[in-house]
Amino acid sequence: MTSTSLAARRRRDALRTLAFLSPWLLGTGLFFLYPLVSTAYFSVMRYDGFAPPRFTGLRNWEFVFQSYPFFWPAMRNTVWLVLVVVTLRMLVGLAIGMLVIRVKRGGGLFRTLYYAPYLAPPVAGTLAFVFLLNPGTGPVNVILGHLGLPQPGWFNDPAWSKPALTLLALWGIGDLMVIFMAALLDVPREQYEAAELDGAGAFNRFRFVTVPHLRPILVFAAVTGVIAMMQYYTEPFVAGLVASGQIGGSGQQVEPGYPAGSTLTLPQLVYNLGFQRFDIGAACVIALVLFVLSMLFAVLLMRRGSGFLAED
Amino acid sequence: MTGPTPTRALRRTGAAVAAVAALALASACTGSTSGGANDDPNAETTITFWHGWSAPSEIKAIQGNIDAFEKAHPNIHVKAVSNITDDKINQALRAGGPNAPDVVSSFTTDNVGEFCGSRAFVDLSSFMKKSGIDAASTFPAPQLAYTQFEGNQCTLPLLSDAYGLYYNKKSFADAGISAPPRTMSELKADALKLTKTKGDGYAQLGFMPNYHGYESVVSHFAAMWSPTYFNDDGTSNVAKDPGLKAMYLWQKDLVDSLGGYQRLERYRNTFGDEFGSKNPFMTGQVAMAIDGEWRGGMIDDSDSDVDYGVAPFPVPDDQAAQYGKGYISGTVIGIASTSKKQNAAWELVRYLTTDTKAVVDFANVIHNVPSTQDSLASSDVDQNPAFQEFIKIAQNQDSNTTPSSPNGGAYQLTLQNVGYDYESGKNTDLQGALDKAAEQIDADIAQSQ
Repeated sequence: MTSTSLAARRRRDALRTLAFLSPWLLGTGLFFLYPLVSTAYFSVMRYDGFAPPRFTGLRNWEFVFQSYPFFWPAMRNTVWLVLVVVTLRMLVGLAIGMLVIRVKRGGGLFRTLYYAPYLAPPVAGTLAFVFLLNPGTGPVNVILGHLGLPQPGWFNDPAWSKPALTLLALWGIGDLMVIFMAALLDVPREQYEAAELDGAGAFNRFRFVTVPHLRPILVFAAVTGVIAMMQYYTEPFVAGLVASGQIGGSGQQVEPGYPAGSTLTLPQLVYNLGFQRFDIGAACVIALVLFVLSMLFAVLLMRRGSGFLAED
Repeated sequence: MTGPTPTRALRRTGAAVAAVAALALASACTGSTSGGANDDPNAETTITFWHGWSAPSEIKAIQGNIDAFEKAHPNIHVKAVSNITDDKINQALRAGGPNAPDVVSSFTTDNVGEFCGSRAFVDLSSFMKKSGIDAASTFPAPQLAYTQFEGNQCTLPLLSDAYGLYYNKKSFADAGISAPPRTMSELKADALKLTKTKGDGYAQLGFMPNYHGYESVVSHFAAMWSPTYFNDDGTSNVAKDPGLKAMYLWQKDLVDSLGGYQRLERYRNTFGDEFGSKNPFMTGQVAMAIDGEWRGGMIDDSDSDVDYGVAPFPVPDDQAAQYGKGYISGTVIGIASTSKKQNAAWELVRYLTTDTKAVVDFANVIHNVPSTQDSLASSDVDQNPAFQEFIKIAQNQDSNTTPSSPNGGAYQLTLQNVGYDYESGKNTDLQGALDKAAEQIDADIAQSQ
């Protein structure tokens, strides 16, 4: 083969490869690289959607980190939710999955009961929880009162608002339950039998047989859980708004993150700054912070969890 | 057992990171402000009018005015779009395009500074001059104040809201109170007399002072002290204004006197929706409330049997001579700077805001206060004594409003947060909190420039 024809063939191969890759390249470029570069660009600009963008250096960054009073409370809330809600959802989802696969009769009913809340629209679910957990008139506190137990302020108390959101997240555990259930059913029975013959008790069978098989699912649940918490908007926003009684006000300012900023999350700030105050530069700063945080969590989880592969 | 090789793990990590990176958001808005007032107002045209009214009776009322306008201007057709929020307005004005509105109304006077400062709405001064309208003699001073920003009259008032004191006549009679309070001291005394405790709660509360108690917000209370929020150079004056500080102290004293923040909050959590039939004043849970003129219409239209009276909200003891004033707000209307039909749009704005019959008819139907001097003085305005109290408040020369700011109502939010922290006892250093609030307001405004 001559060098000319070899070069032509390589060119053809390269073009063919490019053609096959083009949908991915186009999608990545349009929906990932362009937004990412734009976000970084606008984070150093003053832009309100009307006047052309104006370079302001690090002013937006200084404002967000030093002057914007809602940033650090929202950051603390987001980290709290990532650590507590994601962990609890994984533990409870796994526990329910393990229980449901053991049910001999009526398993389908339990699966349906646990899965159904996941299908509820987030706004409807949140509204229901705010009414159920109303400190004064909600049935939960009425029952607690009859039992002589303390009646928390739930969504109206800064100390209880995030635990109330956690309860709401656990109520909608159906997605993880189904995934864990499928993974648990996939664990070869003979490995349990072998472990049992070797003298392994229930805990050791779980630790040395179940967990290694579930590892990719656990990593998947953790990564998607972290992403979901980084995007957590609807539930805390609706809960804060309804609990504060500020819906339908005659134009008065709405308190973000009621009560006392305890339900404020970073995505709420992105919306507030970007699409209500039209301070797009500052909103982009927070979007970049979310991006970096997501990356950090994802890298950590992937490296510690050995990716999406099960252990051999 | 062996794990994946470091290279494979890194590759997978990279892939996952790339997937996570889709979180990054960007808003490459490309709004245009090009528009103009070069259209012929006599040409056949259709303009789009966005408004926030959503109740069937409200939509019927505004449509009635639109029909009357179209009858008077047969060449201009109006496509009305209801239930529009300020978020939608802001986004649409930036996006522009053929479906963007020509005329826009908003319930949120807080955003006028943004609308004017960003040139989202056109300055109506030249239109008014052309039509021979003198703004100062046509509209009351507070309404003019909240519809302009730094001399740019980019909106006009389309009906107003005035705030006063609602009181339960039966509760007053039961407590031996013969007349509504006129000063803050009298309000406190009456609130205590009207309060009936029950266990660690209340069977009836005289007055709900907590800032989450619906309309009992900082700006509505503060109006009774007529504060100066900003200095002439645009910087915040909240740390130095004696009225504002006095208001926080008065409210905190009332909170403590009525049983304390926690107890009041627990009681507040039993309240029904502000705009529903379970509003605490309508159910008798509170005997006095600060509220707008619309509440009377709501009570009259509901099954509530509360026998209510209306009076101006009490004034500070050292300002007794100014009794009768109140906080004024309202709906605003303007013309989008992206509109290509600004002359036709102005005809609609002019009709809705300055035609006395249109203003009065609309005000009567939706229980709002008319927004021009002539309409306020009109004998066709609802003569219900309770409603007339709000007319008087709107006409009072000492009534005031919250001024426009380049970043909307952000400063009110800052002051509201000072209130939340102070009433709950989270912050006991009021002056320190006001100093910080002033710094915050200045930083927010600087960021918006």
